[in-house]
Parts: sequence; structure tokens; C-alpha cells
Amino acid sequence: MNAHGEAHKPNSVPPEWSRRIIRTFFAACILLVVIDFVYHRHVYHSWENIPAFYALFGFLGLAFLIQASKGLRRLVMRPEDYYDDPPLPGLMDGEGDGHAG
Amino acid sequence: MLGSIPPFLIFFIGALLIPFVRGLPRLALLLAIPLLGGANVWAIQEGFQVQYDLLGYTLTPMRADRLSLLFGYLFHLAALIAITYSLHLKREDSDTVQHVSGLIYAGSALGAVFAGDFITLFVFWELLAISSVFLIWTRRTPEALRAGMRYLIVHVVSGVTLLAGAMVWVHQTGDPTFGFIGLEGLAGWLIFLALGVKAAFPLVHSWLIDAYPEGTATGTVFLSAFTTKVAVYALARGYPGTEVLIYIGAFMACFPIFYAVIENDLRRTLGYSMINQIGFMVCGVGVGTALAVNGAVAHAFNDVLFKGLLFMSMGAVLHMTGRTKASDLGGLYKSMPITTTLCIIGAASISAFPLFNGFVSKSMVMSALLDEGHMWIWPVMLFASAGVVEHAGIKIPFFAFFAHDSGIRTKEPPRNMLVAMGIGAFLCILIGIRPGLLYDLLPFPVDYHPYDATHVLTQLQLLFFAIGAVVVFQLWKIYPAEIPSVNVDADWVYRRAAPRVVRAVGGAVTAVDTAFREAFVGALRRILRGAFRAHGPKGILARSWPAGSMVLWVSVMLTAFLFLQFL
Repeated sequence: MNAHGEAHKPNSVPPEWSRRIIRTFFAACILLVVIDFVYHRHVYHSWENIPAFYALFGFLGLAFLIQASKGLRRLVMRPEDYYDDPPLPGLMDGEGDGHAG
Repeated sequence: MLGSIPPFLIFFIGALLIPFVRGLPRLALLLAIPLLGGANVWAIQEGFQVQYDLLGYTLTPMRADRLSLLFGYLFHLAALIAITYSLHLKREDSDTVQHVSGLIYAGSALGAVFAGDFITLFVFWELLAISSVFLIWTRRTPEALRAGMRYLIVHVVSGVTLLAGAMVWVHQTGDPTFGFIGLEGLAGWLIFLALGVKAAFPLVHSWLIDAYPEGTATGTVFLSAFTTKVAVYALARGYPGTEVLIYIGAFMACFPIFYAVIENDLRRTLGYSMINQIGFMVCGVGVGTALAVNGAVAHAFNDVLFKGLLFMSMGAVLHMTGRTKASDLGGLYKSMPITTTLCIIGAASISAFPLFNGFVSKSMVMSALLDEGHMWIWPVMLFASAGVVEHAGIKIPFFAFFAHDSGIRTKEPPRNMLVAMGIGAFLCILIGIRPGLLYDLLPFPVDYHPYDATHVLTQLQLLFFAIGAVVVFQLWKIYPAEIPSVNVDADWVYRRAAPRVVRAVGGAVTAVDTAFREAFVGALRRILRGAFRAHGPKGILARSWPAGSMVLWVSVMLTAFLFLQFL
């Protein structure tokens, strides 16, 4: 999965902390959805009538974003030295010669 | 006296003086320039202008109205922050070059926003490019040299396009005043294109993500503040209500967030994030109502603050560790807790959390979209808002300061960097809590209240669940890993395709050319050889004949004549 094997490096945040943070965070998420059913918010766009529209939109939007980016990565990702071509003759002479082939 | 000096002059004069002082006097002078400039611009009255006639045209090198004054205040703040951030530079960092070019750059931005005519605008437009490229070149890596050269070419082309458009405009209207332009006729399109390059419109955006990550730690903070914001200012003045800007803005807000997810260099990620934020501004200008244009310029103001803060925090990481790649970083919160906190404030601001400044300006553009019935653009921009959370809100702070422990142990950056970041963070929160301070400066009267219960609730839902998606992806370990790599973008055209085409065409031309030359030289040689055979030292026509044989031939010829006479 990972070219440099970062997977073997330990997490910098102690696991019990991150567990506590994530639990608090999800509790806040649930609270926000509960409020959505209690409080009557103003509606400007027809989609906003959907219960917990913003929560759904945020979650699904990001899920789509991340998945699509993985697809994009397959199309556009190149090795780090991809652009290290020999420079055009006469242009910026004297550097990049190490790569010149 | 104050209130009547063109703001750029203070910076240009300061830049001239800087090389002659060192040490404490230089620090004092550097800080005095934006402070004195700030006092001057604060005293400038609306409607103040300087005009003179040149070759039958009335030029307005200095014009102040609410729109230009807002950007004037903003650029002084940005200059103060960026200068504070770069006070620690030493001789080995080419400090004089960086300080001087930073000042000329900031001064040119001020000159451009106060320019009342196209000629003045063009001059400062080109100065922006020429002065800022040194902030990239002083990094002194081969990548920075090349990226800087590409940056310069793109911007000079933008300037030339602006000049061409301005010439057509002046020819057609006879008036060089820079006001509303609109997309009618050749002039309108040429100027639009010139502004579009500087504003990083899609397909002409790649100079930004190419050059900004290659700048020096301090130089990129300058870069992030001025160039694109001058373009947003110029669009707001020349093209408000131009419908195509809505779609360009929406596209700009969306496509970079996909790249930002997979980009490994965190300063390049911020570059993509910058295009995304400019998308909101461009969209606002495109909608063109008072609320939308207010939102666009307010967002430009806030973007300089929070994007500057984020670039400063990544600059601090670069300064202390020499790295900005996500795959090399992680766990820095242990050794840089203050930088971490300030970076998180920037991240919360750009994500538009309530109580931070992004919230009070982005929402104006969103509301304006709904007011004007752009029911299909609104969800697109909502998606883009959620996308910001992913790369700028989470990715930047998380991969640099948390995530896997990279083992790097360092210190907080120099105190001046912390102070600069502190000023940025303070302003982000101040404007978030007291939006009225910013609203009072906007070009149109503001009747907008960002803090109503519905708006706060919906924004929190959007942001928390967007973060939730990232958390879930991380927990399930299906979040895209940080991989050392580059991602192909529009700059592929001139960094990869064009050189290949040039090389291929050049190769073909060389081959044909060589064949031609060889054929020609061959023919020439054959002719020469023939001539040599006839006329060379041993050639039949150049041989030296003995006198006896000549006498023989003369007598033969005379005999022949004699013979012919008798016939």
C-alpha cells in the first residue's frame, strides 16, 4: 500500500486519546442530527426539506470526494522524478545535467 | 501629508533604502514601511485621485474608492504579517533580495489596486510578476529556478495580453479609465483572459501549484497574499455580474479539491486549496449583486488571512525540518505545539467553522447564489465547501502535526514567525467574532447577519459529517495513503508534452536539415572535384606546358592557316 512503509511507524497520538476524541466527536455528530429534528430551521432550497440534509450531504459528499480522488490518483499519479527530464539544449544550461541521458 | 501619498510609493522608497541598512535599523525600517503605509492608506479619503494628461489621454495613477481602499487595507495587513514573518532572514538566505523583492511586490499590488487606468494597471501588473519571481528563485534549488522561470513566462504573457486588450479598449473608447469592462468585443475578452491567468482560472491555473510550493518558506507567504487577490479585485471592478464567472468559479472551487486529497506536498495542497477559495470569490463576482460582490471581496480579505496563516505554519515546518511532504512528516505537535495550535486556527477558519472568519464571508456568496436562484450551482458550491474541510481542515494539520510519528524532533520556529502567525490567527478569530469590523469596509452597504441559528446549525452539521466521513475512511484504513509522487495537472502540457513535441519536431527538422546539408555539400564537393580536375595543379587546363611544345603548336596552327589560305 505504502511505498515508504509508513504503516510501520507508530501513531503519534496515544490510542486512548484518539479513542476518546473520536468518541466525543461522534457524540457531537449525533447531537447535531438530534437537534435537526427538534429545531425548525429555515428552508431556502428545496433539498433542505430532507431531514438532516446537511449531515447527509457532508458525509456522502466527502465519501464521494475521497473515492473519486482515488480514481483520479490512478489516472494522474506519477513517480516523483517524472518531470526531471533533461532540459532543452541551450535552456538553463548547467543544471539538471545529472539526469541528462 | 498622510492620506495623499500613493501607497505604492512608500513601499518602493523603502525597498530602495533597505540594501543600505543592516541589523536592527533594517528590522525597524522593514516594520515601519507597512505601519507608515497603513496610517497613510487609512487617512486616504474616498474619491481621492491623482490625474495627469499624457499624449492626449487622461491617466489616473491613483484612484481611491471603497473597493480599492478595502484591498489597500488588506495588502498593508498582509505586508505587515509577511514582513514580520521574514524578519529572521540572514545573509545566507539572500535576505536583501528577499526583503527588497517582497517590498516591491507588495507595493506593486497596492499600485495595481489603486490604478485608475489601464496603463498604470499594466505597469504594476508586470512589476508584480518580475518582483515576485525572486521570492521563488532565492530558494536556489534547480526545481525553484525552473518553476520560477515558468512562473515568470506565464505572468509576462498575462501582462502582454492585458496590454493588448487595453490598447484595443483605448482605441475603441478613447478612454483609458479602468472601470466596468464586460465581455463584449475583443478588448473585453483579452483583458478577461489576462485577469484569468492571474486569478488561476482552470487550465491556466497550473503556474500557481507549480511555483508556490517551490518558493522560499517566507516568500510563499508573500506570494499567497497578493497576485491572485489583485486579479480578484480587477475582476470585481471590470466584470461584476458576468454570468460565465459563476460557472468558472464553480469549476475552480471543485476540481482542485480532488487533487488536494492526493497531493503529497502540503504546500502544493495549499496551492490547490487557494484555487478552490478563489473559486468562491470568482463565483461571487459572477453573481454580481451587492451581497455577492461584498461576499467575494470579503472572502478575498479573509482568504489572505487564513491562507497566509496556513502557508506560514507550513513554512515554519519547512524552515525547521526542511520538509513539506506529508509522507515525510507527522507527529510534530510534540515539538511544535504553538505552531500546531495556530495551524488549527487557520484550518478552522478556512473550513468556515462558526466563530472563525471564513464563516462570515463564504456564507455571503452562498446566500447570494440562493437569492438569485442558482439552484444547481448552490449544491456544487456546498460540495466544494465540504471538500475544503478534507484537505485544508484535516489533511494539512493532521499529516504535518499528528498522524504517524515521523520521528522528527525539532523546536518552535523563530519568534518573529510565531508573532506573524499569531497576528494572522488573532485576525481570523476577531473577524469571525466581530464580522461587523469587516462588513463596514465592504464596497456596498451590508445588511447581512451570518449568526442565525439555522445557519450555524446547518454549517456545523455539514462540517462535522464531512469530518466524520474522513474519520470513518481513516478508521477503516481506506483513506488514500500519503505516497511520494507527483500528480499530472495542466502544467503537463508545457512541462512534458511541449518539450517532447519540441524535441520530436526538433529531431525531425534536424534529420531533414542534415540530409539536405549533406546532399548540398556532396553536390558542391563533386563540382569542386570536377573543377579541381580541370583547373587544379595537375588539371589539363592549368598544367604548365614546356615552351617547346608551345612553339610546336604555334607552328602547327600557322601551317594550318597557311594551308587554309591556299585552299
